[in-house]
Amino acid sequence: MIKRFITRIGREFIEFAQTAGMMGIFLYLCLIQILTPPLKIIAIVKQIHFIGSRSVVIITFTGLFTGMVLALQGYHNLKDFGSTDLLGSAVGLGLIQELGPVLTALMVIGRAGSAICAEIGIMRHSEQIDALECMGIDPYRFLMAPKFIAAIISLPILTFLFDVVGIFGGYMVGVELMGVSEGSYFQGMYNAVDWVDVRLGLVKSFIFAILIIWIATFKGYFLHILKAGSFGAEGVSRVTTDTVVLSSVVVLASDYLVGSIMLN
Amino acid sequence: MEMNEEQSDIIKINNLAAHYGARPILDDINLTIKQGEIMVIMGSSGSGKTTLLRSILGLKKPTNGQIELMGHEITGLSTKELYKIRQQFGVSFQGGALFSSMSVRENIQLPLCEHTNLDQKTMDIMCRLKLEVVNLSGFENLMPSELSGGMLKRVALARAIIMDPKLLFFDEPSAGLDPVVSAELDELIVKLKDAMKMTIVVVTHELESAFRIADRITVVDQGNILITGTVDEVKNCDNQRVQNLLNRRARNDNIDADEYLKRLTGTAQ
Repeated sequence: MIKRFITRIGREFIEFAQTAGMMGIFLYLCLIQILTPPLKIIAIVKQIHFIGSRSVVIITFTGLFTGMVLALQGYHNLKDFGSTDLLGSAVGLGLIQELGPVLTALMVIGRAGSAICAEIGIMRHSEQIDALECMGIDPYRFLMAPKFIAAIISLPILTFLFDVVGIFGGYMVGVELMGVSEGSYFQGMYNAVDWVDVRLGLVKSFIFAILIIWIATFKGYFLHILKAGSFGAEGVSRVTTDTVVLSSVVVLASDYLVGSIMLN
Repeated sequence: MEMNEEQSDIIKINNLAAHYGARPILDDINLTIKQGEIMVIMGSSGSGKTTLLRSILGLKKPTNGQIELMGHEITGLSTKELYKIRQQFGVSFQGGALFSSMSVRENIQLPLCEHTNLDQKTMDIMCRLKLEVVNLSGFENLMPSELSGGMLKRVALARAIIMDPKLLFFDEPSAGLDPVVSAELDELIVKLKDAMKMTIVVVTHELESAFRIADRITVVDQGNILITGTVDEVKNCDNQRVQNLLNRRARNDNIDADEYLKRLTGTAQ
C-alpha cells in the first residue's frame, strides 16, 4: 500500500518534470521563431483579427459592466465615510491596475485560447502538423509565432479598451445615476492614477498574452503525448478544458506575482 | 513490371528498430528502395508499416538503426537539416491532411509560397498544371470541406507533387474509397512514376491495389519484414504468414492455456 503510494507520487513527479521541461523547450522554440525575421505579416494580421478584433464586442460589454459594478459598490462603501469624491480614483486604479488586464485575459482565454488549443489539437489529430513537417515547413514558425505576436499586440489594446469603457461605465453610474460630481470623479482619477499604474497594467497584459498562447498552443500541439490528451474528439475536448482552467489559474497567480514585484 | 538492375538506392534502411514506450513495433528492419521504382509496403493492421513510413519520413525517431534518404543519414540530423531534405520529397497522407481553412489552391501552393520566391501568376499556373495531372482542373477555389474522399486524396497528391519531388510517399491511397476511385488513383500513381520519373513508396493493406502498381513489394508483419520481392515472388512465397495475408486468412496463433488464463485473471506480467 505505502509502496504503491510512493510509486504513484514518484510517477506523478516525473511526469510533472517532463511536462515542465517540454513546456520550457516549446516556449524557447516559439520565441526563436518570433524573433527571427522575416515575420509572416499576413498570418499575424489574420490572428490579430481572430484574437483581437473578434473580442472587441465581448471586451466592451465586460468592461462596461465591470466599471458600472465597481462604481456602484464603491459609491455605497465610500458614502458611509463621506468620501464619494474618491470614487473616480477607486474605479480608475481598480480597472487599470487589476481588473482591466485580468478580466481581459480571462475573456481572451475563453474566446480565443480555447479555440486556438482545439484548432491545433485537431490539426495534430488529422495529421496536418505532420504534413507541415513533411513539406519542410516549421510548425513553430508557421503556426505558433503568428499567434504569439498577434496576442502580444492585441491584449494590451484590448486591455486599454476595457479600461476606457470601464471608466465610462463608472462615470454613467457614479456621476449620472448616483450624483457624484463630474469634476471630482475625473480629478480624483487624474490625481490617483500614475504612469506607474498604467505601466503595471500594460506589463501584466503583455505577460498574460504570452502565458495564454503558450498554454493553448502547447496543449494542442502535444495532444498525442500529454496524459490528458490521447487521440480523438475526447482528447481534444479534454486538452481544451485543461487549457481554459490552467490558463485562468496561471493568469491569476501571475497577476499577484507581477503586482507584488512591481508595486514594491 | 521490369526492373533496371543498375538503379541506385534512394532509401537504405539498416537494422531499424522502433518502440512506442516499452512496446516494440519494428525489429531489425533492413530494406533498400531503388530509384524510379514503386515500392509497396504491405501488411495487416498493426503490423508496423505506418511506423516504418513515419520513421522513413523522420516523424518518428527510431530506437536503433540507420535510415539513409537520398544519400543523407537522417537519424542523426538536426530538425533544420531534416526540413531541408523534406523539401525534396512529397507525402500524401491517408486522410489528405489538407488545411481546412485554406482553399484547394492555397493548400497546393503552400510549399511554393514557403520555399520559393515565385510570383503569384506562376504559382497559379503550376497549381492548375498539377490539378490537371490529378484530373481536378477547375476545383482550385473550392474548400476541402466541399470535396469527396477521392478528391481530397487527389488534392493531397497534387500538393505532394507541386515541388516536383524525386521521391513520393503515399499512405493508404485506397483506404475509404470505392473500387472505381481506388483504381483511378492506382492508375494515377503508375502514370506519375512513368511521366515524372519518381520513386514512389506506397503503404497499403489493399492487395489488389498493391499488385496493380508495385514494382516490388515488402510484406511487414509483427514488426518484421517477411519478404521483399517482385509481385510474382511475393505471390509464390511459401511463408505461412505471407500466404495468410494474401489469402485473407485469419491468424492461427497457438494459444498457451496458462498464459491465456493469466491474461484473463489479470495476473500476467
